[in-house]
This record gives sequence, structure tokens and C-alpha cells, in this order.
Amino acid sequence: MSTLEIKDLHVSIETEQGTKEILKGVSLTIRTGETHAIMGPNGSGKSTLASTIAGHPRYTVTSGSITLDGEDVLEMSVDERARAGVFLAMQYPVEVPGVTMTNFLRTAKTAIDGQAPALRTWTKDVKSAMEQLRINADFAQRNVNEGFSGGEKKRVEILQLELFKPKFAVLDETDSGLDVDALKVVSEGVNRAHAQGNMGTLLITHYTRILRYIKPDFVHVFVDGQVVEEGGPELADRLEEEGYDRYVKGAGSAVAAPAAAQA
Amino acid sequence: MTAEATTEKARIGAPSIAGFTEEGEQLVPSKVDRHHSHGVQVMASRAERLTSHDVADFALPTGREEEWRFTPVRELANLLSDAPSDGDVLNVAVEAPEAFVQRTLRAGEAPRGATLVPADRAAVVASANADEALFIQVPANAELDEPVRVVLTGKGAGRRSNSHVVVEALENSRAVVILEHDGSADHNGNVEVFVREGAQLTVVSVQLWEDDGKHLAQHDAEVAKDAVYKHIAVTLGGKIVRLNSNVRFAGEGAEAELLGLYFADAGQHLEHRSFVDHNVANCTSNVLYKGALQGKGAHTVWVGDVLIQKQAEGTDSYEKNQNLVLTDGCRADSVPNLEIETGLIEGAGHASATGRFDDEHLFYLMARGIPEDVARRLVVRGFLNEIIQKIKVPALEERLTEAVERELAAGDN
Ligand SMILES: Nc1ncnc2c1ncn2[C@@H]1O[C@H](COP(=O)(O)OP(=O)(O)O)[C@@H](O)[C@H]1O
Ligand SMILES: [Mg+2]
Repeated sequence: MSTLEIKDLHVSIETEQGTKEILKGVSLTIRTGETHAIMGPNGSGKSTLASTIAGHPRYTVTSGSITLDGEDVLEMSVDERARAGVFLAMQYPVEVPGVTMTNFLRTAKTAIDGQAPALRTWTKDVKSAMEQLRINADFAQRNVNEGFSGGEKKRVEILQLELFKPKFAVLDETDSGLDVDALKVVSEGVNRAHAQGNMGTLLITHYTRILRYIKPDFVHVFVDGQVVEEGGPELADRLEEEGYDRYVKGAGSAVAAPAAAQA
Repeated sequence: MTAEATTEKARIGAPSIAGFTEEGEQLVPSKVDRHHSHGVQVMASRAERLTSHDVADFALPTGREEEWRFTPVRELANLLSDAPSDGDVLNVAVEAPEAFVQRTLRAGEAPRGATLVPADRAAVVASANADEALFIQVPANAELDEPVRVVLTGKGAGRRSNSHVVVEALENSRAVVILEHDGSADHNGNVEVFVREGAQLTVVSVQLWEDDGKHLAQHDAEVAKDAVYKHIAVTLGGKIVRLNSNVRFAGEGAEAELLGLYFADAGQHLEHRSFVDHNVANCTSNVLYKGALQGKGAHTVWVGDVLIQKQAEGTDSYEKNQNLVLTDGCRADSVPNLEIETGLIEGAGHASATGRFDDEHLFYLMARGIPEDVARRLVVRGFLNEIIQKIKVPALEERLTEAVERELAAGDN
């Protein structure tokens, strides 16, 4: 049983207009076996939260803490966090030139486990995971994400989730840009990983439709860098009917208002 | 920033691209660290390029000429002058069966000069001042297990060296010839290659010069009926290297593969030009050059000309250049030129892509647990390995892989 604990997290970024605070005091506790949905309008800071957990250098933590079973995550480098068991499925996975998927997956698995995977079982695991996610076998020889469609990139993120077996998975809008079939395939992958019983999930989404396939235990509504309401799965149903308008008006933020207008 | 890549399908007789600047020798234009141009063509046809054995036919380049516009010619005065070699400037060590190396060739002594006709000032003064050409002749039907190895070691920066090497693979022979350049010199070296009927020859030219070495070269090959020629240029060292690899055919069913790998660090100018002259029907060519750049003022140039002449029906040809930019302040010029004079061909295509390895790539790999140094190596090694593994000489492949690792390690400091 592991715990990922985020306490009163404040995060800012450097922009051309100067320093801008994006996260304004976020607290969340996720335990093994739990699925937490974070729902919020565009621009509310969801990706900022996800990237900060993973350690992206663009984001500066000005106060607050993130711990994994009591260990200070903020003290760890990006690769140390991954090896400690944090996995981020990115909203926009990066194309990496020159590195084949096969080589990449094996190198990452070796780094995470601290030893090379047994070749025979590993090849089989990769192959069957790819099949289940309906990823074409020839992707193994292609460069990481290079020329993959948006939907293919998302599947490949979940492929890694299944192969690397993290303690905590942060899924940043994995559902966006997927058609219904792909959404199902990807959700099944997350559910398989979850069913192994050793993972907690932070599911970040803008829309409620993925919650038909992945059942959250907790729902947090995220507006203008803060959690403004928390509840069980029923909160998602209410959001589906009412949208974010109510919260956005309440927040009265210049940042969130135009974003909500797009939603 | 994510990887930028452009791949373009064949464009025939394409005009110059808007916004393309002709800086000539300005290595690092402000704010421009990625540069891609396409189809720039000043002459009507590559076929009209002057070639001659006579020094008087070539004026000193100014840097404004089509074929010199990327090259820092001002730093090449010593190499471009019509001057003999300095004394004791180059040590040449040949590892080959005795029967292969029996004599040298003077100018005009066959087959010297039959294939290589100088196409620029550097090449013409090199051959004119190389009295004796090393002549490696692979006997007909010979099949070599070990490669022929020629190590040319420069004995001092700024000292002029002229050389001409002739390699002839006689009918149905199979051989690999490796030319290794190290030490330092102002080396002006031509290589002339004959691949006779049914022969299979690989020529690998490795540039491992010290930081102050300069090297200009014209490598010309003629490939006979059903023969297979592979030329691999590997350039890691040297201040300025400019190597032109050219091929034409002497019979149908011939194949040519022109490959290259270069890794430019701060202050290096590494230029590779290739020219495939499809002058005969039913021949195949493939050109692939891959380069990595890192550090302030690292400049690479690739200009790839392919000419498919009217009579060259049934030609199958492809050329590609890919560059990987590892840091800011580098410049990769990449210019594919494809001229097609007949529609009756199997295929003709070209591609040019320059990608950046940046913080987002690094973040992605590190977010999967991969330490930073491993991530960098993974990317560069994977990228360049495609060329290294085509050499098919394990000992050399290993040495070059290590040399690439050292280049990378140097960039970490
Ligand atoms: N380069 C940038 N310059 C200025 N503001 C930025 C920049 N990148 C992100 N932001 C702002 O940070 C806020 C949070 O963005 P993000 O975390 O991506 O939100 P979400 O994932 O919820 O859509 C937004 O208001 C966005 O406009
Ligand atoms: Mg986002």
C-alpha cells in the first residue's frame, strides 16, 4: 500500500509578462487502488499539476509538498521520480527522433526495474500488450511517437503504463482526441493495469465520457489552480449536466472565464 | 519545442526557396539554428559543371560560386593554391595483400585520370600536385576476408598535403577499402575508383582529424555492368572537411550506394556533397547522409545532386539527408537537387529532414526513468547507427561507435 500526498501545492511559471502563479494551493491524497478524477475547464492548471508531479523543469514549486510514502518527491530528478514509481501519460506525447520503440521500451524498463528484463518474456509481454491495445506490430520498429496519430500516441502511453507497472499513474487528458472505439481500448488498458491491485490513478479530464469506462472513487473539480469541490462519482454526473459555469463564476477569475467560454 | 521535420517528395527542377539566404561563410547567423533549403539551382543542369585536369581552368573561389557558397573559403587559401606538398607532411601506411599494391601511377598513366576529372579548384590542384598516386588493384575474382586499410596521418596543422589514390576492383572481385585520416594537415586528397564488371567494392573514408586538420576531397567512382559500389564517408574530426562523393555508371544493372555520417562540434565545418550521374539505363542508386550537430558554430552542409539523363531509362534512385541538432547555435544546411530528363524510370525521390533534440525529448525519456546521459546517448546512437551498421567491418564499426560516444561525452562538459 502506497500513498502519494500533495499538500498545499503552489506552482508558478515564467512567462514573457513575468512570473505567473498557476496552482494556488492544491491538496490531494491518493492511495494504492484508488482512482481520482480531476475535472476542470481548459486552462485551469490540470496539466501544470500533472507535469509538476513528474518534475517538468518549466514549473517552479513555490510552496507546499509532494511525497511518496513519506519520501520528498520534489527533491527527486525527473528520472528518479519515474524509478520511484510515478508515471505520467502525457497530454501531448513527444516524438523522439532516432530511437525505436523497441529500444526505448527496453531501456526504460531496465532503468525502472534496475535490471534488464528477461528477454524472452519481455518480448512476449510487449507483443501481447500491443495486441490488446490494437497497436500495429510494426510500431515496434518505428521511432518513438514519430509520425503517430494523436490516438496512436495515447495508446502508446497506455502501453507503457501496462509495461512499466508504476505505483501511481497520472493520466493527463488521455481521452482527448480519441474516438469511441479508441477510448474503449485505452480505458480497458488502464483498467487492466488497475486490476493488478498495485496502482493508484489520477485521471485528469475535461469531459465526463471517459468516466463511463473508468470508474473513479473520488472526483475533484479543479478551477483556476484550486480544487473547488470534491465528492464521489455522482459529482461527475452533476458536472455532465451543469458544466463548469457555476464554479467558474464563483472563482471570478480572469484566467478561467475565457477558458470556460470555450468549453 | 517538439521535433521539426520536413519531408518532401520529389520536385523536378524546383526553383529556389523564398527566404533562403546565401551566407556563404557566415557560420552562425543570428537566431537561425536550423536551416533547410530545397532545390536551389543556379546552373541549368549539374551536367554543365566544368570538369578539367587543367589548373588554369579553375579560378580561386570567392565563396559566391554555387559550389562554394557554404564553404569558409577564406580559411582555405593554403589548400586552394597550386602548390606542392610540404616535405614529410603525410605518413601513409597500407595494410593490404602485397599483390594488390605493386606500383604507383603518375598523371596520365592509366587508369589514373580516366574517371576522376577534377570538378573544382581544390580537386584540380590536388591531382596536379600529386606526382605519384597510390594504386590499389583488387585482382579479378578475389574475395577478401580482411579489408584493405590505408591510414593517412597528417604530420602538422597548416602543412600542405596533396594526394591521389586509385582503387580498382577488377571483374567479379569483392573487397572493402578503408581510408583513415588522422593527425593534422591541410590535406587535399582525391580518390578515384573503378568498379569493374560484376565486382563489389566498398570504400570507407574515415575522417578522424585533430581539431586543426583541414581536408578537401573529390572521390569519383565509375561502376561497370552488374557491379555494386558502396561509398561511406564518416567525418568526426577536423576543423574543415569538404568531401565530394561522385558516381557514374559504365554499364547496366549497376548499383551505387553513397552513405555518410558526420558529427560536428563547436567550430567545425563538415561538408558533404554527393552526385549520382545516372548516365546509363537500368541502374540503381541510394544516397543517405546522417549528421549530428552540437555546440556553438557547428556547421554541416549536405548537397545531394542526382541527375537522371535522358538515356537512363529504368533508373531507380533515392536520396535522403537527416540531421539531428543537439544544441543551440548549430546550423545544418541540406540541399537535395534532383534532375530528371526522362519519364521512363522506376523511381526517383528525395527527402531532407532536420530535427532537434531538445528539453522536451529529454523530459520524455527521463520521465520513463532513463537517466539524462543515457537518454542523450540513446538518441544519437540510434540515429547514427543506421549508417555505422552498413560498414559491415565489425572492428571499424566498434571503433566508430566509440568515437561517436566520445563526441557525445565531449559535449557534456
Ligand atoms: N507559456 C505560457 N505562457 C503563459 N501562460 C501559460 C503558458 N503555458 C501555460 N500557461 C497558462 O497556465 C495555465 C494552466 O495551463 P494548463 O496547466 O495547461 O491547464 P489545463 O491543462 O487545465 O488546460 C493556463 O492559464 C495557461 O494559459
Ligand atoms: Mg492540459
